Amino acid sequence: MKISLNVDGTRYEDDVEPRTLLVTHLREQLGMTGINIGCDTSNCGACTLHLDGDSVKSCTVLAVQADGSDVTTIHGMSEDENDMARWHPLQQAFHAEHGLQCGYCTPGMIMAAADLLKHNPDPTDVEVREGIEGNLCRCTGYTNIVRAVQRAAKAMRDGTPVFADENAEVPA
Amino acid sequence: MSATETQTTPNVGRTRLRKEDARLVTGRTNWTDDIRMVGTLHMHVVRSPMAHARITSIDTSHAEQMPGVTGVYTGRDLEAEYGPLPCAWPVTEDMVNPAHLALATEEVAYVGDGVAVVLARSKAEAVDAAEQVLVEYEPLTPVVDMRTALDDGAATVHSDLDSNRSYTWPLQSPSPEACDEAFSGAAHVVTREFINQRLIPLAMEPRAVVVAPMGHTGEYTVWSATQVPHILRLMLALTCSVPEQQLRVVAPDVGGGFGSKLNVYAEEVLALVLARKLGRPIKWTETRSEGFQSTIHGRDQIQRISLAMDEDGRFRGLKVELLADMGAYLQLVTPGVPILGAFMYPAIYKMDAYDFSCTGVFTNKTPTDAYRGAGRPEATYAIERIVDEAAHELGVDPMELREQNWIKHEEFPYDMIAGLTYDSGNYEAATAKAVEMFDYEGKRGEQQSRRSSGDTKMLGIGISTFTEMCGLAPSRVLGSLSYGAGGWEHASVRMLPSGKAEVITGTSPHGQGHLTAWSQIASDALGIPFEDIEVRFNDTSIAHKGLDTYGSRSLVVGGYAVVRACEKVIDKARQLAAHMLEASEDDLEFADGTFSVKGSPDATTTIQDVALATFAGHDYPEGMELGLDSDATVDPENFSYPHGTHLAFVEVDTETGAVELLDYVAVDDVGKVVNPQIVEGQVHGGLAQGIAQALYEEVVYDDQGNLTTGTMVDYYAPSAADLPAFRTDRTETPATTNPLGVKGVGEAGAIASTPAIMNAVIDALRPLGVNEVLMPASPKNVWNALQAAQSTDGGAA
Repeated sequence: MKISLNVDGTRYEDDVEPRTLLVTHLREQLGMTGINIGCDTSNCGACTLHLDGDSVKSCTVLAVQADGSDVTTIHGMSEDENDMARWHPLQQAFHAEHGLQCGYCTPGMIMAAADLLKHNPDPTDVEVREGIEGNLCRCTGYTNIVRAVQRAAKAMRDGTPVFADENAEVPA
Repeated sequence: MSATETQTTPNVGRTRLRKEDARLVTGRTNWTDDIRMVGTLHMHVVRSPMAHARITSIDTSHAEQMPGVTGVYTGRDLEAEYGPLPCAWPVTEDMVNPAHLALATEEVAYVGDGVAVVLARSKAEAVDAAEQVLVEYEPLTPVVDMRTALDDGAATVHSDLDSNRSYTWPLQSPSPEACDEAFSGAAHVVTREFINQRLIPLAMEPRAVVVAPMGHTGEYTVWSATQVPHILRLMLALTCSVPEQQLRVVAPDVGGGFGSKLNVYAEEVLALVLARKLGRPIKWTETRSEGFQSTIHGRDQIQRISLAMDEDGRFRGLKVELLADMGAYLQLVTPGVPILGAFMYPAIYKMDAYDFSCTGVFTNKTPTDAYRGAGRPEATYAIERIVDEAAHELGVDPMELREQNWIKHEEFPYDMIAGLTYDSGNYEAATAKAVEMFDYEGKRGEQQSRRSSGDTKMLGIGISTFTEMCGLAPSRVLGSLSYGAGGWEHASVRMLPSGKAEVITGTSPHGQGHLTAWSQIASDALGIPFEDIEVRFNDTSIAHKGLDTYGSRSLVVGGYAVVRACEKVIDKARQLAAHMLEASEDDLEFADGTFSVKGSPDATTTIQDVALATFAGHDYPEGMELGLDSDATVDPENFSYPHGTHLAFVEVDTETGAVELLDYVAVDDVGKVVNPQIVEGQVHGGLAQGIAQALYEEVVYDDQGNLTTGTMVDYYAPSAADLPAFRTDRTETPATTNPLGVKGVGEAGAIASTPAIMNAVIDALRPLGVNEVLMPASPKNVWNALQAAQSTDGGAA
């Protein structure tokens, strides 16, 4: 079937098999390998992205179901991936708070957290934990992910940068 | 200006944000499954749905006719292409090691054992065709329970085995007589049996491999989601008879390992021999559910442990008898995992005698192997649990009993009963800090008031004063334990003409942050900016020597090698600097990247200038070899011994069996610290995995050997909502056996936390007569323990 998707601001028209998952289409046909696959049961959330503004696990959506939609992936989050100052505050905060180790869950985690902050700009520790419950991380134990989400939330509320000096010492 | 005034802030010992992160947070990554090559054939493995069966026929004809399929291969078709998968640790001379072929030819021995592979143009086509491979099986009796597996006349895991025993490995110290004496004269002997359940490591990135023939050189490049590119290269060369010099192994971005990627897997062998056979790139990526069957599991021991004490609670002796489930085959270090644990049961405690034996048992299940801590979490669990049981029986506070028996700070270095020499430690300091952070006395008071109130939700405090052996390992010690390799590590430093530096390490990171930490070490040692250093690894063509990353060895051994390689570069640079400054080498001082002549502060040159001069080669001393590079290989003289005190506070609902973790304090002593933020992150992640063993995770097989926790729906890995914020701190007692004073931190959290949590759960339920709860302490297991305690009228002793 022919589908049309607007992914991170670019329009793509492709023929896809009806059974193709959105995540498979994005990875295999569009080459968007920043979206990861960590399971086959929709538990892990590594493939989380935004479909028409809402967070979804892209392994739970068929590519044909997304026809005509706007998709935002991790690649669409920063204004300039090469310029740390122009990253999304969540990307900056995950870096600053060491909210990632191997980084495999990170794109999905950031997309889920962005959706959480859209609905709750000032989440408590528990609210962050419940908000990202559908995304699994095996490296960090989540403590620094929660810190990162709250730090990004504050920066977004205040309209201030997450950190002024990337090389400044961070108390640990 | 004096050297001290110009000194920049050292990088080692302070947080530098990770260099790794920029690619990872923007999704500009290169995982193995992201590799795309023209002409790639996708491999799908047809796996056994039965735990034990004879293969009576395989009909591939339908599958071969499916669209896009280029070939279907059975075990018989490929058996001439490779030898058995390697086990590098024959722990005893008579160890039984069943031949483990990449595809079974006659019998399948666990659910997930491969029987055939399909190659097709796309992954989807390969999966479709695999469904048309018709395999007929004649069921054989599966062996599922490792206890009954050892019974006389028990069915065997492979038809050609005489028994299911792989090996028995004993250790008695200082002598068998001393072990008997410790127990025969004891005032108290406490004996327990613990089940250390089977776990799935569950790195977030599934395993994947791509193998491609590379041009005219006859070389194959293997990209694999592996922790051990160097070990994999050698083992694939031997297993597949590919000349080692024609194999290049690359571990691109690797998404966690925790031991599960410390192996040589069937799919890596299959992809290599099929790439050789067909001359095309072969690619395989596991699905998560497939990985639950085909990637190694961890733990799975039955631990019988007895502690003998004097009247006053002094430890006299420890006796440990293990049954360790190997699964159906021995993978790379399967039999050695419980042996690594053997040295850790005495933990931080002094005693007169130690009697250990482990029997490795085959079952028709997925093979076990190293999972975060590998034998040491199991040991720590058993010793820290039985010390709590002993304290309960003696009627003393479990912290006091520990304190009475642990090695005092002033007694280091200390020769342990298990044969190791602990170089350093300060259990008093770590415990004092943890007790204060946790408010141990206050929480004991809170627990008592809760008990008095008759509330059905009870509070428990759990202690774990753990140690471990890290920095694997002195090569001679590994040799004495019959391990197939050494424990050395290699590093190189290459000074570039522009004054920048490349550091090459034989360690192989997959999330730990070596790029950042190694840059910090080299920056301080060479006196060049952190930003000017690139660290290269994970490719056997770049890092030609190395023993990779596992066992909290990277910093302790690999970091040590980086220090040595930097020193060698500076020594070499000093020769040319002396020539450039027209001074004697002995008159040169080196600080902060600058050589200066003693007494002539204006006569200076930098290491960058020297690098350029050695590149140009216009003017250098007679007889000096040009170039400013170095190679260093170090072999550690001892293991390192991180330790710490962890305290857990839980609430157990006695009406539902639900456990809530209210607070967790971890004070770790990992020696000197290169990057505090990375260290804290390692501790956090370890805690989550150790707590998951205590509260959430368990691999379950049914009595036919079916994996009933076969997907992420059934195997409960905790999310953020299942864990509290951890409170961590450190004490710093430097290791004395490496120049950085570091001890390793990768496994600490996972080792310490499991017993802390379980001791807390049981501490909560003591008044109800509960002395044991099976892991995980799920509502069901807690409920069963409560029911069992009630039915024995308040429980056993």
